[in-house]
Amino acid sequence: MFVRTLLSATIVAASVACAAAADISGAGATFPFPIYAKWADTYKKDTGNGLNYQSIGSGAGIKQIKAKTVTFGATDAPLKAKDLDEAGLAQFPMVMGGIVPVAHLSGVKADDLTLDGKTLGDIYLGKIKTWNDPAIAKLNPNAKLPATAIAVIHRADGSGTTFNFSYYLGEVSPEWKDKVGVATSVDWPTGIGAKGNDGVANNVAGTEGAIGYVEYAYAKQNKLAWVDMINKDGKKVAPTVDAFQAAAANADWDKAPGFYLILANQPGDQSWPMTAATFILMYKKPVDVTASNEALKFFGWAYDKGADEAKALDYIPMPDKVVAMVKSMWAKDIAQK
Amino acid sequence: MSATTLETTSAAQSPAFDRARALGRHKAADSSFRWMTFAAALLVLVLLLGVAISLFIGAWPAFREFGFGFLISDAWSPPREKFGAAAAIYGTLATSVIAMLIGVPVGLGVAVFLTELCPPMLRRPVGIAIELLAGIPSIIYGIWGVYYFRPFMQDYLQPLLIGTLGNVPLIGALFAGPPLGYGLLTAGLVLAVMILPFVTAIARDVFETVPPVLKEAAYGVGATTFEVVGNIVLPYTRVGVIGGVMLALGRALGETMAVTFVIGNAPHIQSSILAQGTTISAMIANSFADADPGLATSSLLALGFILFVITFFVLAAARLMLARLAQREGR
Repeated sequence: MFVRTLLSATIVAASVACAAAADISGAGATFPFPIYAKWADTYKKDTGNGLNYQSIGSGAGIKQIKAKTVTFGATDAPLKAKDLDEAGLAQFPMVMGGIVPVAHLSGVKADDLTLDGKTLGDIYLGKIKTWNDPAIAKLNPNAKLPATAIAVIHRADGSGTTFNFSYYLGEVSPEWKDKVGVATSVDWPTGIGAKGNDGVANNVAGTEGAIGYVEYAYAKQNKLAWVDMINKDGKKVAPTVDAFQAAAANADWDKAPGFYLILANQPGDQSWPMTAATFILMYKKPVDVTASNEALKFFGWAYDKGADEAKALDYIPMPDKVVAMVKSMWAKDIAQK
Repeated sequence: MSATTLETTSAAQSPAFDRARALGRHKAADSSFRWMTFAAALLVLVLLLGVAISLFIGAWPAFREFGFGFLISDAWSPPREKFGAAAAIYGTLATSVIAMLIGVPVGLGVAVFLTELCPPMLRRPVGIAIELLAGIPSIIYGIWGVYYFRPFMQDYLQPLLIGTLGNVPLIGALFAGPPLGYGLLTAGLVLAVMILPFVTAIARDVFETVPPVLKEAAYGVGATTFEVVGNIVLPYTRVGVIGGVMLALGRALGETMAVTFVIGNAPHIQSSILAQGTTISAMIANSFADADPGLATSSLLALGFILFVITFFVLAAARLMLARLAQREGR
């Protein structure tokens, strides 16, 4: 029995290894996983080449590319230019999207509730404990708020979504910056940890009184009730592609060495405050040049032909200007021979 | 009689060197078998030692940096590089204690019922059901825990506990807080279900080894079933039962997935057992994949080393207890 199990495990492992050898291998962020999976599917149909992407979280993606077990790493928390140089890595933004707060209260639908950054921060600091707290009531004069306890759901694993979320809370709440900080995984003052964007989405969906934060596509796919936000200009915005686009339009990629740019809390009437770009990490001098070139070919294809699919899943494709910058960086920095 | 004579004569007729060679062959087979088994036993020791040493080497930077404070601090902050094991140790022990408090009495009860009281018709189906329960992968318990058991806890059991026991002085703090479903108690209860079949299966097997004559003698002098179980069956099978309980405790201490799903993964110590917590194995499972090399990884390895030590002490305590019992019996 044991021998048979071992044998079948070996066979499975061997076949996985074979499949991986032909495919482009990458690992990292769960935030862009829905669009990478979609692109990979279409790319396979177009070219016959597959992509093996493991959505294990940004922190793990950085770790995997540094261990050289994958051809590219994907992260929502960009590395600073200095860290990139130290590791010999090149970094470029692939696609942008929005992080949305999602709530689970019976009778509350998407866009029914509104929060501002400070209140969201206080909820995650554990200072606001029930849904009928005056701070929430003040922002939602028309909503019927129950006395239900707030079940704060956050990521238990290291995550670029957490990085962008905690970065935003740090921007709007000095107390957050001081007590908790900004990182892919932080010392949460309160709440329930769940693994991955899908884990948070599941826990929010199953827990009455829950609040969580997920990438927009996860909120939409799981039919979660997202919460509108008051942005930097004091305007109420709903999470829509237009609102993400408005925030992204402000981004000045020219002045960002290593494409290090965080899109949270951008000014503008229409800007969604928790917009984020997601990044790819690759070696400037790859060990396996063929694999690296295959990966670049895939990313080039995604920039050129993947925009519509990205929009369909509510991601924002990179503007043409940025794509041109990225491609010239490839030619300059990444060894392709 | 005649057959024996025949055999002796035939043996005497065969040449002497044949006999020596045959015996020698046996001896060689014997000794090589002995060495093989010895090597296998040695391998276990080498593996154990290797795991312990490599864990300790990996954990050393964390122990050096935080010293004894690592054991008593419940901070776990990767951005500030401050790590402490207290919350994880507390969660591991608390969930295991809850699981044992519920799983062991119920498990022993089931075993007593199966061996002493059960109508023969029911014995097999219930026994098989228990064994099947032991065979369910832990991830299934996790899914069951998070989708079915946790909402039940949130909607019924936890509000009930908060409304009743939560108001009792002294122990009230143990049952305070909002009913969110996730927490130490939920994890402990899921663990209790997971260890139940271990306790039952082993206890049932050892209960069956009690010689019927002992039990019949006790019944003969008018003992009730309860007295027979308490005075004959349990004392007779003490060693086996304690072994089963320790095996169950070992599983409870190290269980990862099912616990991660329902415990809430919050690295803090809170007074209420309804509050969220974490365990050593849940912490490692959640953070290891993306921990920065350096202090974060080292602290996780240190957690692993601590779990190793806890398990070792649990086993050592069980041995000690058994030795004490044996000694008392000898006296």
